[in-house]
Amino acid sequence: MFETAPNLVTTTTPRPTNGHSSIYLPTVAQVVGVQTETVFEKVYTVRLPGGKNLGHRPGQFVMVSIPGVGEAPISVMSSPSRTHDTFRLCIRNAGDLTGVIHDTVLPGDSIGIRGPFGRGFPLEVFKGKDVLVAPGGLGMAPARSLIDEILDNRDEYGRLVVLYGAKNPSEILFREELRAWRQRDDIELFVTVDRPDESWVGHIGVITRLFPRVQINPFKTVAITIGPPVMYRFVVMELLGKGLTPDQIWMSFERRMKCGVGKCGHCQVNHRYSCQDGPAWTYAEALAFEEAL
Amino acid sequence: MSLYILPKERLPGFVDNLRAGFRVVGPVRTETGFAFDTIHSADELALDYPTTILPPKKYLLPQRETLFTFHTGTSEQGARQIDVQPAFEDVQPTVILGVHTCDMHGIMLYDKVFTEGYRDEHYIARREQTYIVGIECLRPCDEASFCKDMGTLTAPPVYDLHMTAVDGMYLIDTGTEKGERLLLSNVEVHLATTEDIRRLSQTLSAKWPHFRHRLKMTKDQIPSLMTINYGSNIWDTLGERCLACGSCTNVCPTCFCFDVQDEMDLNMSEGQRSRIWDSCQLHEFALVAGGHNFRGSKASRVRHRMMRKGKYIQQVHSLTGCTGCGRCQRACLVDITIPGTLNALYDEMQIDLNPATGA
Repeated sequence: MFETAPNLVTTTTPRPTNGHSSIYLPTVAQVVGVQTETVFEKVYTVRLPGGKNLGHRPGQFVMVSIPGVGEAPISVMSSPSRTHDTFRLCIRNAGDLTGVIHDTVLPGDSIGIRGPFGRGFPLEVFKGKDVLVAPGGLGMAPARSLIDEILDNRDEYGRLVVLYGAKNPSEILFREELRAWRQRDDIELFVTVDRPDESWVGHIGVITRLFPRVQINPFKTVAITIGPPVMYRFVVMELLGKGLTPDQIWMSFERRMKCGVGKCGHCQVNHRYSCQDGPAWTYAEALAFEEAL
Repeated sequence: MSLYILPKERLPGFVDNLRAGFRVVGPVRTETGFAFDTIHSADELALDYPTTILPPKKYLLPQRETLFTFHTGTSEQGARQIDVQPAFEDVQPTVILGVHTCDMHGIMLYDKVFTEGYRDEHYIARREQTYIVGIECLRPCDEASFCKDMGTLTAPPVYDLHMTAVDGMYLIDTGTEKGERLLLSNVEVHLATTEDIRRLSQTLSAKWPHFRHRLKMTKDQIPSLMTINYGSNIWDTLGERCLACGSCTNVCPTCFCFDVQDEMDLNMSEGQRSRIWDSCQLHEFALVAGGHNFRGSKASRVRHRMMRKGKYIQQVHSLTGCTGCGRCQRACLVDITIPGTLNALYDEMQIDLNPATGA
C-alpha cells in the first residue's frame, strides 16, 4: 500500500492472480482436444500447466486469448465434478478471436487463459431443491457445467428439469448427452426448436412453449436460465407465472468484457460489474438495475 | 510532519534539485492553454495556471501502455507456442507538481479503483514511485468549474506535499513522511511560525467567497436525483445533441475505462497486448459478439456517463464520481454540461414533486 494514502483500505478482499505479477498476464495452457459440435460450435479441452485444476464453479468464465489476435470471455462448459487436469470450453465462431480459434487451433496448440472469473451459481443455495435449468442456444454450454455437477452429485438435489431451446435441429448442442439424459429417470429433458427441418419429430417453437409441459413445486424450486438477452424477459414471465419469486430465478448476463477483473468498465450493468458481481444474477438483483433486462 | 515555509525565490532551486533525481511534471503554458508536461527548467513551471486540458491522470494511467509482450512460434510438431512476459511501462521516480485539489480527488479515486479487488500492479508500480505535490486553489480557474459544489475545493489526503501561496512564500504541508524527506533533502525550508500559520488560515478562509455555486442541489442529493431521473426525457434530448466523440471521458479525471488491444510486429511472431483509454460514449463500447449492443443509442450512453459521475462511482467506491473540474464542459463541442444536466433534472423533479402542479 502507498505511503501517500493512509485512507486506502481495500474494502474487498485482494484476490489471487495465479502467481503472476500482472492480473492481465494469461497462463499459457495447452489445447489437448478439439471436437466439432455443430457448424458454429467446437468444444476445446484445455490443460493448465502441470494439469492444475481450474478450480471454478458452474457459471464462471475464463478469458481466452491468442496473443496477436485478442482475448474474449468464454463460459466454462465442464462441471467442477468433471474437472481434474483438464477443463472444457464450448466456443461459438462469432467474432474475430473465436473465428481464429475455430480456423487454426488444433490439439497441441497453446492458448492463453485467465480466470476463472465472476461469481458463478451458488450450489450451496441450490442443494436440496428442485432445479429447473432453461438454456437457450449457446447457453447450453454454461448450463452443462451446472447440469453435470448436479448429475454427479445427484443425491444432493431434488428434481432436475431441463428445458432447452435451439434455433433449429442442426444447432442443438451435445446430442449424445441429450440422448443419454433421456435414458435416465432422474433428469426430465424437453427440447424444442424454433425452425424444424423434415427430420425433426420433437417440440416446435420458442423455449417458452415448453413451460406448460412441466409442473414444479414453487416452494422448493430454483430456476436457472442462460441464453441470449432477448430470451430472458419471456422465460422470466413463465417462471413468475409458475409462482416462483424473483430471488428463485437465476440468469447469466453476457456483456462485452475486456479485463475480467472489474477495471475496464465494459461489462458494467448500472453500477455493478458483470465480470465480478455476475455474470450470474438473480432476477431480484436484476430488477434493481434499470440496465439489466 | 509539519508545516514549512518555502520562500518563493527558492522554488526554482527546489525544482532543479528535484530534476536531478526525478522526472518532474507540472503545468506548463502551451499554444492552446496549459498542460501537464515534463519540466526541463524551473521557469517553465506555471503554478498559477487556471486549469489544464487533461488532468495529470496520464502519468498514472497512460493513454496507451503495454501490459505484456509475447512471442508466438511453432514447435517441431507444428503446434502453436506462446511465451508471455509482463511489462511495466513508464515506471520511474516522478514528482507531479502543482496538482489542483479537484485532480487530487481524481487520483484518490484511481488509487481505490486500481487497488481494490484485483490489484492492478501496472498502476501500483507507477503510483508507488510518484510523489504528488498539490497546490491550493485560491481563485476559480474559470466559469466551467464547480468544485465548490462537489466538495473538491479542499485537498484530500493523497498528497505528499501541498503548497499554499501566501504573500511571498509557499506554506507547505507535509502529507507523508516520504514527502517531508523529499522536501527537506532538496531545498532549504524552515518551520512555519505561529504568525505564518495565522496568515495561512486567513488565506484559506478568505478564498471561499471567490468561488460560486453552480448546482441547485447539494452533492449528497445527486445520487438520489440520478435514481429518480433514470427515465427522464432529458437523456433523449442530450442523446440527440451528443456527437459521441468521447472528448468528455478523455479529459475526465475520474474516467478510467480502457480497451485492450493486441499488436503484432511486422515479423508476425512478436508483439504486445496494450490497454488504451476507452470511452463509454463510443458506439462499440458495450457491443458483444453476435451483434447485440447493450447501449446502442447515444441517449443511453450519455445517461450512463452521467449516472457514473453522479451515482455509480459513489455507490461502488464511496468517493465522488465527479470532481467538478469543468473539463468535460470545456471539451464538449455541443455544450453538454454536468451542472446544466443536473440542474435541469432538479427543476424537473421540483415540478414533479409539487402536489399542486406535479404530473
